Amino acid sequence: MNALVGGPHAHSGNSISRTMVLVLVALMPATLFGFYEFGWPAVFLFLVTVAAAIAAESFSLALAGKPQKPFLLDGSAVVTGWIIAMTLPPWAPWWIGVVGSFIAIVLAKHAFGGLGQNVFNPAMIARTVLLISFPIEMTQFLTPQPMFTGSSPGFLEGLEITFAGHTAFDAVSSASLLGAIKTQLGLGVPVNEVVGGSLSLTAMALGIVPGSMGETSAVAILLGGILLLATRTITWHAPVAMIVTMAVLAGLFQAIDPGRYPGPAIHLVSGTFLFAAFFIATDYVTAPATGMGKLIFGAGVAALTFIIRTWASYPEGIGFAILLMNAAVPLIDHYVRPRIYGRTRSGEPIRYEET
Amino acid sequence: MKMFRIKGGIHPDERKDLAAGKAIETVPLPSLLRIPLQQHIGAPAVTVVEKGDEVKKGQLLASARGPVSAAIHAPTSGRISAIGRFVAPHPSGLPGQTITMRPDGKDEWGELPAPIDDPFSVGPDIIAERVAASGIVGMGGATFPSAVKLGLRNRNKLETLVINAAECEPYLTCDDRMMRERSEAVIDGIRILRHALGVERAIIAIEGNKPEALAALKAVCSANQFKDVLIARVPTRYPMGSEKHLVQTLTGKETPARALTADIGVVVHNVATCYAIREAVRFGRPLISRVVTVSGGAMARTGNFEVPIGTPISHLIDHCGGFNKEPDRLLLGGPMMGQPISSTRTSVVKGSNGVLALGPDETPARQTMPCIRCASCVSACPCGLTPFEMAGHIRKEELDAAVKIGLLDCIACGSCAWVCPASIPLVQYFNYAKGKLTAQQRAKHKQEETKRLTQFREERMERQKKAKQEAMARMKAEREAKKKADAEKKRAKQETIGA
Repeated sequence: MNALVGGPHAHSGNSISRTMVLVLVALMPATLFGFYEFGWPAVFLFLVTVAAAIAAESFSLALAGKPQKPFLLDGSAVVTGWIIAMTLPPWAPWWIGVVGSFIAIVLAKHAFGGLGQNVFNPAMIARTVLLISFPIEMTQFLTPQPMFTGSSPGFLEGLEITFAGHTAFDAVSSASLLGAIKTQLGLGVPVNEVVGGSLSLTAMALGIVPGSMGETSAVAILLGGILLLATRTITWHAPVAMIVTMAVLAGLFQAIDPGRYPGPAIHLVSGTFLFAAFFIATDYVTAPATGMGKLIFGAGVAALTFIIRTWASYPEGIGFAILLMNAAVPLIDHYVRPRIYGRTRSGEPIRYEET
Repeated sequence: MKMFRIKGGIHPDERKDLAAGKAIETVPLPSLLRIPLQQHIGAPAVTVVEKGDEVKKGQLLASARGPVSAAIHAPTSGRISAIGRFVAPHPSGLPGQTITMRPDGKDEWGELPAPIDDPFSVGPDIIAERVAASGIVGMGGATFPSAVKLGLRNRNKLETLVINAAECEPYLTCDDRMMRERSEAVIDGIRILRHALGVERAIIAIEGNKPEALAALKAVCSANQFKDVLIARVPTRYPMGSEKHLVQTLTGKETPARALTADIGVVVHNVATCYAIREAVRFGRPLISRVVTVSGGAMARTGNFEVPIGTPISHLIDHCGGFNKEPDRLLLGGPMMGQPISSTRTSVVKGSNGVLALGPDETPARQTMPCIRCASCVSACPCGLTPFEMAGHIRKEELDAAVKIGLLDCIACGSCAWVCPASIPLVQYFNYAKGKLTAQQRAKHKQEETKRLTQFREERMERQKKAKQEAMARMKAEREAKKKADAEKKRAKQETIGA
C-alpha cells in the first residue's frame, strides 16, 4: 500500500491504447473495402506499411533510449502506418510503404520528441514527401478490380505486383477524379462533361472509382467516422467545419462559373477529403485543443484544400492544407482558449451587481 | 425547477450501492479518543483543559482562536490523558497538537447551553453565537467555520440559502442516509439556518441518484406545508458539489473569480452541517460526532456510522471487521478529492465524511504516458482551464505561465486526471505548483521585509552620519567665530592702547 499517492484515486479507464484501438476499428470498413476493391496487392502493401511503421517506431525508441514495451503497445505507430497505407495508391511498390512509414515515424514523429510532441501529422508528412519525391508511383491510380473477380490479381500475382513492381496485369491505370478534372479543364472541357460514367457521384460515394486504398468509399469512411463520434473518440467540430466550409466555398464558386468549378458534392466525396475530415483533422496531437480551435482548424483545412485544388498545380491539395494548418495550431491554441470560470474572455473577474 | 447547465464535469463510477442501503449505526466508544486541535480551516483551537482533568460529554476542550477558527468539545465523558503532538489526519503524516482522552464509559453529558425552544423567535445573532460556541464547521469536507458564514449576512445582501446535498463523490452515502433517516431534523435545521440568514428561500440540491432521500425530504416539506424550503434534483455529474458550480446550476449566476458565492447573494451550507446546527440550537449539543461512510471493495463490512470525533480510524475499521483483502489505498474522504490516510492511528475529525479502503481493482495501477493533447482534460474541466497546458508549463518550471492560464482558478476536483488517457497525475502537478508558489511568495515577502529593514537601517546610519557631520561643522564654525571674535577683541584693545 502506497500512502504517498495523490488523488484522484479513481480513473475513467480510458487509455491511449484503447483510443488507438477504437481508431483502428473505425478504419476497418474503409480498409476492408479497399482490400476488396484493389485485391491482394493492396493487402500486401498494407501489411508492409504497418510492419514498417512498427519497425520504425522500435528503431526510434531504441535511438532515443526509451522503453520499447509501453510505447509499442500504445498503438500509435500502428495507426500511423495504417493511415499511410490508406492514402497510398493500392498497387504501389512495397518500398513506397516502407519509405513512407520511416519518414512518418522517424522524421515527423520522433525527431520532434516522440508520442504527443510532433507538430505535423506524421501520415500527412509521409504522403506529401512521397508525392513530391515519387510523383509517378504516387499517382498510379487504377480502376478497381474487385477481389475474386477475373481481373483481380491472385495471391501470387499480388506478391509480384507489390514486391517485384510487376505491373503487366490488366490494371487500367487512370487518373483520380480531381486529376482528371484538372487535366480536362486545361484542355477546355467543362466540368460536367468530365464527371459521369465511371466517375459518377454515386460511384464515388460507394467508392468504385480510382483512388487511394482507403479513401475512395465515402460510405465506408462515414461508417468509421460515426463510430468515432459515437464513442466520443473525436468531437464533431473539425469534420463538420471542414465539410461545411468546403460545401460553401465549392457552392459559391460553382454558382459563379459552373463550367470551371466542380460543385460541393464532387469536392466532398473525391480525393482524401472525407477521410481527412474524420481521421486526419481529428488527430489529437496536431489539432487544436478547444472546440472553437477545432472549428477554425477544420475551416482552414477546407479553405486551403479548395484553393490548392482549384488554383495550384497539385490536385490532391489536402495534404498540404493539413500541414499548413498544423503549423498554425500553436497560434490557434494561444488565442483560442476556453473562458475561465468566473472570468471574462480577457481574464478579468466577471462583474456582478453589488449586493 | 429550472436548472442551468455548467461546463465540463465527469461521470465517475458511483459505487454508492456498497453503503447506500446501510442504516446509520452507532460505533461503540473506543478506549482512547485522539482529538486534533486543527479540525477546521484557520488557526488551531486553544486548549482550556489540562492533562488529568475529568471532563463531561459536550464540555469545551479548546476554544476558537482568531476569526476563522472553531471550538472543540469532549465527545464523551472521561479523563484527559495527554495533550501533545500526535500524527494528524493529513497525508503528510506530520504531527499536530492533539488532546488524548480516555472515556470513562459513562458517557455523561455535562452542562450544556440552554436549548432554544423556538429558534424562529430569536435574533440571527443569537443563533450565530450558538453555532460558534458549538464548534460547527462545514461538514462536506471544507471545514470552514459555519458561524463565519452566518456572519456574511452583515457583509452581503443575501437572497438564497443553498443546501449542498449533492454528495457527488463516489462511494460516500453519509449525507444520503442522514436525509433518509433524519429528514425531519434536517429540514428543521435548514429552516433554522434560513431564518438565521434572513433569506427568503432555501434550496436543497440533491443529485438525482438519491431518490429515497429526495422523497423523504419532500414528504416532510409537503406534510408541514413548508413553503420556504425548495427541493431541487440536480443532475448527477461530478463535481456538482462544488459550491460555485452548484449555485450556478440552481440560479444561473456565475460567481466571479476571487469572490464568494455570498457576493452574488447565495450562501451554501452542507446538509450535515444543517443537522449539526439544529442539534446545537434546539438542544445545546455541540458538534461531537458525525456520520461517516465506511466503504470500498477491501472493507469486510461497509456502512454508515455515527462516530465520535477523535475515534481512531483503526477502531472504525476494526468495528467493520477489518479488510477482506489487502487494500491498495486507504482514504479519508471520497476517491476524487480524498486524501490518503498516512496512519490508521489518526482520528475521524469534523470534516471526515468517509473512510475508504479501495482494492486493486478499484484503483488500477496505471502507467503514465506522454500527453497526446487529446484535450479530454479541457472538455472535462468545470473551470474552463486547459490542464494539459498548465501541466506542460509546470513540468518546465514555468510557474508564472501556468498562473497566467488559470492555475489559481483550479479547484483540484480531479476531473482532468480522471479522464486523462495518458494517466498523467495532473492534480499532483497543480498541487506541487500551488505549494511552490506559496513558498515563493513567503520567501519573497521575507526578502522584501529584510530589504525594507536593511534600507531603513542604512537610512538611519546615513542620517546619523549627516547629523554628526553637521554638528562637527557647527562646532568648527563656532570655534572659528570665537577665534575671529577674540582676534577682533584683541585688535580693538591694541587700537585702544595705540590711541
